[in-house]
Amino acid sequence: MTIATTLDRPLIGVPTELARGRGGGGPAPKRIVVAYGFWIFILSDMIMFSALFAAYAVLSGNTAGGPTGAELFNLRNVFIETMCLLLSSYTCGIGALSAERGEPARFLIFAVFTFVLGAAFLFIEGTEFARMVQMGAGPSRSAFLSSFFTLVGTHGVHVASGLVALVYLVAQARAYGLQPAVLRRLLCWSLFWHALDIVWVGVFTLVYLMGGH
Amino acid sequence: MLGRLTWDAIPFNEPLPLLSGAVVGLVILAILVTVTVKGWWPYLWREWLTSVDHKRIGVMYVALGLVMLLRGFSDAIMMRTQQAIAIGSAQGYLPPEHYDQVFSAHGVIMIFFVAMPLVIGLMNFAVPLQLGVRDVAFPVLNSVSLWLTATGALLVNLSLVIGNFARTSWWNYPPLSELAFSPDVGVDYYLWSVQISGIGTLLTGINFVTTILKLRAPGMTYFRMPVFCWTALATNLLIVAAFPVLTATFMMLLLDRYLGMHFFTNDAGGNQMMYVNLFWAWGHPEVYILVLPAFGIFSEVVATFSGKGLFSYRSMVWATLGICILSFMVWLHHFFTMGAGANVNAFFGIMSSIIAVPTGVKVFNWLFTMFRGRIVFRTPMLFAVGFIVTFVTGGLTGVLLAVPPVDFVVHNSAFLVAHFHHVIIGGVVFGALAGINYWFPKAFGFTLDERFGHASFWCWLIGFYLAFMPLYQLGLMGMTRRLQHIPDPSWRPLLLVAEVGAIVIFCGILCQVAQLYVSIRTREQRRDLTGDPWNGRTLEWSTSSPPPAYNFAVLPKVETIDAFWQMKRKGLAPVKPAYEAIEMPRNSPAGFITAFFATVMGFSLIWQIWWLAILNFLAAAIVVLIAGWSIEREEEISAAEVAQMEQAR
Repeated sequence: MTIATTLDRPLIGVPTELARGRGGGGPAPKRIVVAYGFWIFILSDMIMFSALFAAYAVLSGNTAGGPTGAELFNLRNVFIETMCLLLSSYTCGIGALSAERGEPARFLIFAVFTFVLGAAFLFIEGTEFARMVQMGAGPSRSAFLSSFFTLVGTHGVHVASGLVALVYLVAQARAYGLQPAVLRRLLCWSLFWHALDIVWVGVFTLVYLMGGH
Repeated sequence: MLGRLTWDAIPFNEPLPLLSGAVVGLVILAILVTVTVKGWWPYLWREWLTSVDHKRIGVMYVALGLVMLLRGFSDAIMMRTQQAIAIGSAQGYLPPEHYDQVFSAHGVIMIFFVAMPLVIGLMNFAVPLQLGVRDVAFPVLNSVSLWLTATGALLVNLSLVIGNFARTSWWNYPPLSELAFSPDVGVDYYLWSVQISGIGTLLTGINFVTTILKLRAPGMTYFRMPVFCWTALATNLLIVAAFPVLTATFMMLLLDRYLGMHFFTNDAGGNQMMYVNLFWAWGHPEVYILVLPAFGIFSEVVATFSGKGLFSYRSMVWATLGICILSFMVWLHHFFTMGAGANVNAFFGIMSSIIAVPTGVKVFNWLFTMFRGRIVFRTPMLFAVGFIVTFVTGGLTGVLLAVPPVDFVVHNSAFLVAHFHHVIIGGVVFGALAGINYWFPKAFGFTLDERFGHASFWCWLIGFYLAFMPLYQLGLMGMTRRLQHIPDPSWRPLLLVAEVGAIVIFCGILCQVAQLYVSIRTREQRRDLTGDPWNGRTLEWSTSSPPPAYNFAVLPKVETIDAFWQMKRKGLAPVKPAYEAIEMPRNSPAGFITAFFATVMGFSLIWQIWWLAILNFLAAAIVVLIAGWSIEREEEISAAEVAQMEQAR
């Protein structure tokens, strides 16, 4: 409980050793430790994506006589897909705030919204992938398509595992109530979800907008 | 049903791997039988396999590293022997097909399953103690890391008797490592074992960055942390920043091999040099992931055994951070011959030379620490002095290699082999051995035997020089690396000297085994009752040897660097502190069980037994979900119990 009360105080401008995070105050509270560790995990995940982005940038021109992005991408669908994901970040944010305020019903509603939007994103992505594979533009067609499917698909796998984790955490919230341990996990989950949005903004720009025409 | 796995996978016609596999199998069987007969399973399960105590996990990491050192070293001595006899008309005893597996396995094992476990194990053991706290940030995750690393090691060893290992060297460059040129399971063994253990390493990195930045004893500001903690921080930052690149790269190669993609293939627009760039974007930081903790260990050892504070602590810290950043800007020096052009090569050549500057700062700091100190030559200090001499000369050959025109001449030659063994044995291995000798009494409560310790040091030092100085010369004479057969008989004398060197190193390893045996036999006479056998300076020496599960009954208050030294100078407070209840993480089998499923999953992916792979992936995921369900992961040790344990010290 001390954890929650510590965080309720505004940390900015409080000249304690704890606030400065330099260790003068001893070990940090659990909520800070957990969220900080998760930030570091997200950082590492971003670096993995950056390697995939780099590979895409190197290989995007190597179509080996096969179709190019301009011939394959349906920007209208991608736009809808993007809106689903960005909107899900918004509902995720409201859901997280509701959970922090201890409003389980509101949290549940927005978690459902988030799940549905995320699932819609995956559905559209899945149909796009299926359409491309049917056209003979699968991942083994050319180096360009290998890197495309791997970059976008890895993001998709992240979204899918995010959805599994969301169901799992909603179940925890129902089982235990919105207590500190559950709130810590929800905090991490929303960090993860927003991070996936940022990656998608990169995908949307680099892959679809720059390669779509 | 069983994918590619048939009876042909077991090399009945090759006696050598089968024999060694049988010996290893018998040893494992003997251990299992002994443990069962003596009824040690409950103890092992409770106290070790499910332990989330950072000290226990550290000890298990080091044990894994030492066992794998024996395996990696037997590969080394096989290669030395082959090169010493397969000269001119003689063909030696290892056919090319087998020899290629041996040098690939040697590199993979020594980097991923010897050096990494040793370094991570020592960090696990010492960092929380030095920071004055009770455990790492995520203790269960720590256990997961350990067992995933063990999974990787197990898979590599399985390849000895079931199937074969990669013949592609430890870089595993495409297109040779692609399906078209390496259709069998060797490369898959390599990729999955490193991929699975790499996840463990990444989790370690996240865990330790969080621990060092967020969990420290009251008063321990950044510039009061022991230097080993600083180097551990730099190393783990490098792990977090570099290992994901390796994961992504190997994922691409796996997709090439399993789903027919074209990242690195010859056809359909693949780009092999992208693999080489990505691999070394991880690979060069990896060098510093290994050597920075060794620098930290030497900093502790030199200060302790000179009886002085470390000279210019702050410049040591800044040099560490400088190396940490520079290590990301030099990767291209591993392949100057790629043909990136003179300007690119010049940039990377200059950056590579610049990295010698912070390293030089460190060397001078160690020397000035020893200057006018009261030096005590215990085994760790011998390794430290041996390291300074060896590492400086090894670093100088590195500066030579950083000059692109020179590199073009000696690229891929025995000169290069000599260089990186020079810095890795002289730096990482000496560092790990110094660290083991230094912290052993803290871990087990008794000191290691000094006579055998000294003997092992001299064997390692002399053996190293005998084994690798000839390789410099051979490289300059034109001998390329990875030769299964030596065409030029005039190289024979130098190769024989190198063989003798390998045997001397083997004597060093035997001395270490003897050291361990003798020390355990005579442990009652060598008990460390004070908890401070070396007159240490940092907080790990302020608690008992071995420390209680909670490390410190009361978290120490830190006012300076070398906090324990200052406490001793002020006089240890004899007052009985008011003990409070301590919350400690509960043991968890999650790591061990997850790794079990990961092992079977890796094995079935290698052999393409898809149903088994899916089943085990799901099982591992369910274990994670079950482990993540609990809310209360701590148990309390009451104040009365703490007081009782403290009195018993």
